[in-house]
Amino acid sequence: MNGTVDICNHCRNMMREKEKGIKMSRLISTGPSSFIPENEILGAMPLNDSTVMFLEEEFSSRMDNLTQVMGLHPHYLQAFLRCHYYLLRMDGPLPLHYRHYIAIMAAARHQCSALVCQHVQEFEQIGVCSDWLRGLEFCPQRLRNLNEINKILAHRPWLITKQHIQALVKTGEHSWSLAELVHAVVLLAHFHALASFVFGSGVNPDPEGTEVNGVTDDLCPPALSDLCTCHLTNSNQANGNPLRNPDTGSELEALMERMKRLLEEREDDDASEEEMFTRFEKEKKESLLVVSAGFDEEVVPPSPVARFVDDPSFGYQDFARHGEDNPPTFKAQDYSWEDHGFSLVNRLYSDIGHLLDDKFRTACDLTYYNMASHEGVDTSMLRRALFNYVHCMYGIRYDDYDYGEVNQLLERSLKVYIKTVTCYPERTTRRMYESYWHQFRHSEKVHVNLLLMEARMQAELLYALRAITHYMT
Amino acid sequence: MEKMTRVSTSNGRTMFCHLDAPANAISVCRDATQVVVAGRNIFKIYGLEEEGFVERLNLRVGRKPSLNFSCADVMWHQMEENLLATAATNGAVVTWNLARPCRNKQEQLFTEHKRTVNKVCFHPTEVNMLLSGSQDGFMKCFDLRKKESVSTFSGQSESVRDVQFSIKDYFTFAASFENGNVQLWDIRRPDRYERMFTAHTGPVFCCDWHPEDRGWLATGGRDKMVKVWDMSTNRVKEIYCVQTIASVARVKWRPERRYHLATCSMMVDHNIYVWDVRRPFIPFATFEEHKDVTTGIVWRNQHDPYYLLSGSKDSTLYQHMFKDASRPVDRANPEGLCFGLFGDLAFAAKESLMTAPQSVGDVGRKTYPGGDRRYPIFFFKKPDVTEQFAQVSSALSVFESEAGSGVGMDWFINTAQSYLLSGKPFAELCEHNAQVAKRLNRPQESTTWTMLRIMFSEPANPSLSTNHNLNKSGNLPLVNSFSMKEMSAALNERNKENRQDNLHSLETNLNNNDENEETEGSEGQAEYLFGDAELDDDDLYSMEHDNQAAEEPEYLLPQEAFPLRHEIMDHPSAPEPVQEKPESPHVSGSETESTCLTPMESFSLISVSQLLFSPHLPPKFFCPIVKEMLCYYAEQGDVQMAVSVLIVLGDRIRKEIDELTQEHWYMSYIDLLQRFELWNVSNEVIKLSTCGAIMCLNQASTTLHINCSNCKRPMSNKGWICDRCHQCASVCAVCHHVVKGLFVWCQGCSHGGHLEHVMEWLKQSKHCPAGCGHLCEYT
Repeated sequence: MNGTVDICNHCRNMMREKEKGIKMSRLISTGPSSFIPENEILGAMPLNDSTVMFLEEEFSSRMDNLTQVMGLHPHYLQAFLRCHYYLLRMDGPLPLHYRHYIAIMAAARHQCSALVCQHVQEFEQIGVCSDWLRGLEFCPQRLRNLNEINKILAHRPWLITKQHIQALVKTGEHSWSLAELVHAVVLLAHFHALASFVFGSGVNPDPEGTEVNGVTDDLCPPALSDLCTCHLTNSNQANGNPLRNPDTGSELEALMERMKRLLEEREDDDASEEEMFTRFEKEKKESLLVVSAGFDEEVVPPSPVARFVDDPSFGYQDFARHGEDNPPTFKAQDYSWEDHGFSLVNRLYSDIGHLLDDKFRTACDLTYYNMASHEGVDTSMLRRALFNYVHCMYGIRYDDYDYGEVNQLLERSLKVYIKTVTCYPERTTRRMYESYWHQFRHSEKVHVNLLLMEARMQAELLYALRAITHYMT
Repeated sequence: MEKMTRVSTSNGRTMFCHLDAPANAISVCRDATQVVVAGRNIFKIYGLEEEGFVERLNLRVGRKPSLNFSCADVMWHQMEENLLATAATNGAVVTWNLARPCRNKQEQLFTEHKRTVNKVCFHPTEVNMLLSGSQDGFMKCFDLRKKESVSTFSGQSESVRDVQFSIKDYFTFAASFENGNVQLWDIRRPDRYERMFTAHTGPVFCCDWHPEDRGWLATGGRDKMVKVWDMSTNRVKEIYCVQTIASVARVKWRPERRYHLATCSMMVDHNIYVWDVRRPFIPFATFEEHKDVTTGIVWRNQHDPYYLLSGSKDSTLYQHMFKDASRPVDRANPEGLCFGLFGDLAFAAKESLMTAPQSVGDVGRKTYPGGDRRYPIFFFKKPDVTEQFAQVSSALSVFESEAGSGVGMDWFINTAQSYLLSGKPFAELCEHNAQVAKRLNRPQESTTWTMLRIMFSEPANPSLSTNHNLNKSGNLPLVNSFSMKEMSAALNERNKENRQDNLHSLETNLNNNDENEETEGSEGQAEYLFGDAELDDDDLYSMEHDNQAAEEPEYLLPQEAFPLRHEIMDHPSAPEPVQEKPESPHVSGSETESTCLTPMESFSLISVSQLLFSPHLPPKFFCPIVKEMLCYYAEQGDVQMAVSVLIVLGDRIRKEIDELTQEHWYMSYIDLLQRFELWNVSNEVIKLSTCGAIMCLNQASTTLHINCSNCKRPMSNKGWICDRCHQCASVCAVCHHVVKGLFVWCQGCSHGGHLEHVMEWLKQSKHCPAGCGHLCEYT
């Protein structure tokens, strides 16, 4: 490795291991994702022309790796792209270059160089204010003011209060209008969540369009994929085939058995309220213990995207910490997306509500009635468990959900993966990706990622919008 | 019973009490003496007394309150006064019996729903029947004498937001859904709904049957609409639609008022509105007491339209008196006025104002005094009674611009197209524009241009002057006539000055003529003057001093400079001789035409020599006046004039007016031009502007997206090679080189090439140069 390129944490770990003499084959991945074999993606998608046409016609955009991976679920992809490009390209309160800059700021919080790079290029294409790309200190104060809610939303959204909103909106030279703020908040949440997806499914940075000049050279090193995607591909398997332990064959059966049992139990499960409450608390607490090992308190090395990050030490902290005054649980029934969030967002930034609504709905309702090799399975229970578990980690509670289900349905390795992908996606590794649900298809794992992404985005939005509502009343 | 309740509520007042926690729903008992408030952390019964609310009972008992107390909805039985039902957020349906002797009044608990229960509803006449609707998409009907539901209705996995028993039809109930549908069910047939229709886009949060009209159902949705449906016909018909400003959380028909209903919203808006559905654009009454969103509204008594109770997230419970409501109608402006795209004007007002035909005519005349030439003459078209309301009826009149007089902004378009803003010497620009304005019958603007030319022309160019001096005297009448006609207050001052100037010039004219006679010797003398100017000047001035003894000699010098310069520089204006003659008496003193030819040279010499004394004073001297004039034009709405003058004068005036104002003018003018699709003019203006903010308008959105002509994919890279098919895109079909400049192509076969190559080719052949066989068409 030449010294000029910063290498991420993970590469370091890997090199360290290497030094210890562990045999490790370096996997230079090609294709859209470093977790998923290329033919899996291309094979699953006979490049469905309608999507491609849709992309090109409506947004004059190309198929990037992200789109290809997401293209495993074309139905969802449409909803996603519509929303994505509405946020970035269509009429809205913020000027175009602001939008991309906010995207950069958001993605940089998770050190997601792929997204940062992509939007740096888009920003350059707009062709104004290119010196902003030299770092946060070069952009206007107004944008810099967003840093505070950017970092809070990215790592600990429950901390956002109406004071934060007030500070941004209060009249002054650098103030934001509510409409602009809502646009910015949606952008931030969208790109935080997207970063989760990118890391979670190991999307490779796009090789194209590396022709960047000027100040951004170092942001998008031309051969990025050779140098640093290895942080996604740290794995003992060189061939990319999932590990098939003999005993994991029963894993799927066990899961399905549990689902069936839960469905039956539901009828006669008369858990008391306290019981339900403690189950939620337990799940919440347990999520603390689910930590991916080996990353504790490691200092983040300076990377080219760091220039877009303010206060880099601010990171994820568990919602429920031992022996501390925890922030109150967010009651989903008191502030829900359907009733409250939608109305607010749509009022201040017209039509985005419908697009987001469509996206959330598509993600939640998406099913092929499949589980690995089994067909005709109702997966709603599993999907809901995934969605609610993410919200649970963010301290959002549904009164009408039995959090005992989460414990039964989601195995520990999956929980580790979920927590990593949603809370600190930059630490996701290929090993984590492969350690759960061995028999499931890659497309199903991408489906999981979609759910995690949407759940995370909704959680962030709920907290932010609630703060805005409080500010307005 | 009915009578009694009426008497008991005949007096009261607007009052409120604080609750301990935000309310989610309220319900009132049949005799209107008690109200129950339910929320996540509250479940209490309050008595309604004359003086205020009195807490009667707290139903939230037990050391650790369970989630069963966390209510999304509550309903008080209308037959059995001890019976209540609540819908809990955890999916439980609970009934409460106030007659129970112990503290815990909970009677029955149904935990059949898997998700939050959004709504519970007792049957209006059947004592033991309770209906619930839940997020899990099921509605369940309970018989309170049994431990389980008697029937389950499936909404096909869509969440149920509201269920309501029909008041008149014993077996019917309506259910509203999160996907925008409303279904009607027969309670006896749980297998399939009777009918279904899509009522809103997005969730339907609430519905309410009309208390008297059997077939009417009001629904409110997240799409900010309240709709009234007529169910009595074969096809469900939307008969009224009210547009509110926020998503509608609750809707309740007002008792005894057939067309009234009350709504409150889910978010942002905290008021309660009472609408007359026949008048959907303005609320009939508004209650503005709450500080946070209202979550529950209920009319206090089924037969009393004057009392409304409401609970809110701001932890208060209100009783609103109808007489205390604010009436937005009273504050609304009863007249409306709007311009149409083509200069038409619509005017709506109370009918009483518009009834008599004469008065209508008056209205028309009042709005458009005929004096203003710039507006077309309007005539009254038709009194068109569009909306007939219970309280008000308005008439709408449309005034059309008279045919022939055109769109009304023709002058603007013409002016914009004909004005010259650059490319010629300043004086000629002014002259041209003055002519344009004159041709378009805008004398004031025309004169302004002339004046500007006079004021700012540089007194150089004697050569020009000699060419035209035949006409020079013609200027005087023009300027004078202007000063007489000009009535504009803002310009009066200047006019006076001008008139003075003119007087001076007249005088000097006379003087000059005298002089002319004196100096009329030979041209050699004139040359001598050139060489020895000072002396001669002194002579000249002393002569003038005699004529104008009243003024101080030092000050006279610059003053004289004007008239003299006028004489010399005015010639380009060259008014038609026809006009000139009748108006020439002013100049009568100077028998010019014959005399001027030769002495003119000495004139110019004089003016040049005078420049030595005051070269730059005059233009600056005028700046404040011009600035005032520009502001005047801009304020009059003629921003075109302001900007045109600004551009033509350029540096002469720019520094006088602050950047922001200039930018504002430019923006308004460009906006106007673009509305009239005068893109070229607008672009010229942008180009000529000196404001940074304006000039960069031309640089915005200049991106051009190109598709590769081979593979039809977008070209993402800069350069000429498509990075997908690795071929040169945009190759000239004639010379096979890459086209890097103007590329022209046939829209039929998309082949093309260098403009000149294709033009040459087409002279020889009609077919495509690429050999595709297409008969290319170029325009």
